[in-house]
Amino acid sequence: MNTAQKVLVFGGLTLATFGMLYGLYYALFVEHQTLDRMGSSLASAFVHAAEGHLPEAENAVESYASTKYDYVRQVDVHSHWIGLGMLLILMGAIFDHVAFSLRVRVSIAAALLAGALVFPLGVLFQTLSHGAFFASAAAVLGSTLVTIALAAVVWGLAVKNSETV
Amino acid sequence: MVTTSQSANLASTTFAAMSARRVLIFGGIALVAGGMLFGDIFAVFVLHQNGGQTGEALLAASRAAAVGNALAVKDSFQHIGGLLEDHGTKVDAHGHMIGAGYLALMLALLQPYVALPQTKKRLLAWWFVAEGLLLPIGIFLIHYVGLAYSPSSVIGWASVLADSAGAILIAVLAVEAWALWKHFRSGSGDTEPALPRDRRWESRILLSGGTLLVLLGFLYGAYYAAIDLYEHEARETRILKSMVENAISRQGGETTGVADYGSLAAERAVKIAAHAHIIEFGLLAILLSFIQPYVQLRELWKRRWVVVLLAGSVILPAFVPLELKMGLLAGGIADAGGLMVIVALLAMLTGVLRYSGSLDAAAGASE
Repeated sequence: MNTAQKVLVFGGLTLATFGMLYGLYYALFVEHQTLDRMGSSLASAFVHAAEGHLPEAENAVESYASTKYDYVRQVDVHSHWIGLGMLLILMGAIFDHVAFSLRVRVSIAAALLAGALVFPLGVLFQTLSHGAFFASAAAVLGSTLVTIALAAVVWGLAVKNSETV
Repeated sequence: MVTTSQSANLASTTFAAMSARRVLIFGGIALVAGGMLFGDIFAVFVLHQNGGQTGEALLAASRAAAVGNALAVKDSFQHIGGLLEDHGTKVDAHGHMIGAGYLALMLALLQPYVALPQTKKRLLAWWFVAEGLLLPIGIFLIHYVGLAYSPSSVIGWASVLADSAGAILIAVLAVEAWALWKHFRSGSGDTEPALPRDRRWESRILLSGGTLLVLLGFLYGAYYAAIDLYEHEARETRILKSMVENAISRQGGETTGVADYGSLAAERAVKIAAHAHIIEFGLLAILLSFIQPYVQLRELWKRRWVVVLLAGSVILPAFVPLELKMGLLAGGIADAGGLMVIVALLAMLTGVLRYSGSLDAAAGASE
């Protein structure tokens, strides 16, 4: 295994393990409570409506929307960290099929790892402060890094394939 | 360049009977195929019915709110909570079973770099595959077991089973990572032969096609996050607010509100499913490119199954979003795409079983 492959395999295993630990923590300490809060907010919105209390009903809808905003992103962080970790491990296994010099491959591997770390982290930060610019910027930057690096891998594989054929 | 006969010899030395790699490859493919089959059955027999019942319960809740019956509202939402839990745990069981299968296949690739004795590698492999099965079973049972006999007010025994299986999976991964680290630190040779480098047509097409699918899935996900995600969230709040306002003002319109909410839920679900499935199938294609030397089928059939797998991998995510416009026709085509992937996967598993059977028979004859 060369340096690029080691970066990808260790980075991927670490990310996948971290994503699983986050998922376990979330399932044990956060998820059930969040789902209960979401359900009770939505139910109380309609109960307030039945009682004719519009402001309370609208507040309950807002509370439901806010909790769901967090829930969707927290679950996404878990699945994206594990998914990206698996992708990195796989990229590590196929990296000697990519037709670039080792130096370029190390740069692509570093970009993949950095993007895979920063993208879900940005999504997680979005739950700390809804609509925060830096959080969305981090998520966009991370996902762009991963996408560009992946496009480079596809290009490298295509070049190697044409050499083989 | 490795010749076909050299590749075959190398393949046989890397696939010893009951080795960790064999356990992980068989277990991994079986978990992926099982998870996909479960997903297809869920999509055909549960998903739409569950969505319909949720819509009916929401309609009942908003009608009860319109006539001022708070007690009936609470009953309806209790029913909705049960339906959503039923739906969510089945989706999670499907996703986690496939995810565990992918990780098992990846661990099979990494076995030459794991600095552990063969007996410990094998033990870890069995633990991983067993817990990869128990985790989705636990998740599936959450809805049915509930809080029966549980000392906790929020977590039931099925959750305990799922969480314990998840914790063991993490522990196995941590040990594998530590053994990898040990191997690279020591700078010693590989602990077993690496997988044969197969450059035949089927491996190359799976590798390139899979990477392209993952890239397409990323681009689609980025598009969804940029264009749809926030709009969907804002629309959901708008619809719910108009439903409670209509209920208070007794203006009617409950059916329209529930229909709008149902359309939004469907739009969101199909777009996320398309994003997730195209990436999943891409990863699967890349993983399967590595096990092609172990698939003992005629060359022509190996190529046919590769084409079937890749075609299904494109058809399902392409037709799932079209369900919004074409309805059940697109849904049926998407399900057929999923079935194509499952059938191709089972065909490859059969090829691997034939290979291991012939290998073991040859080993038995030489003893």
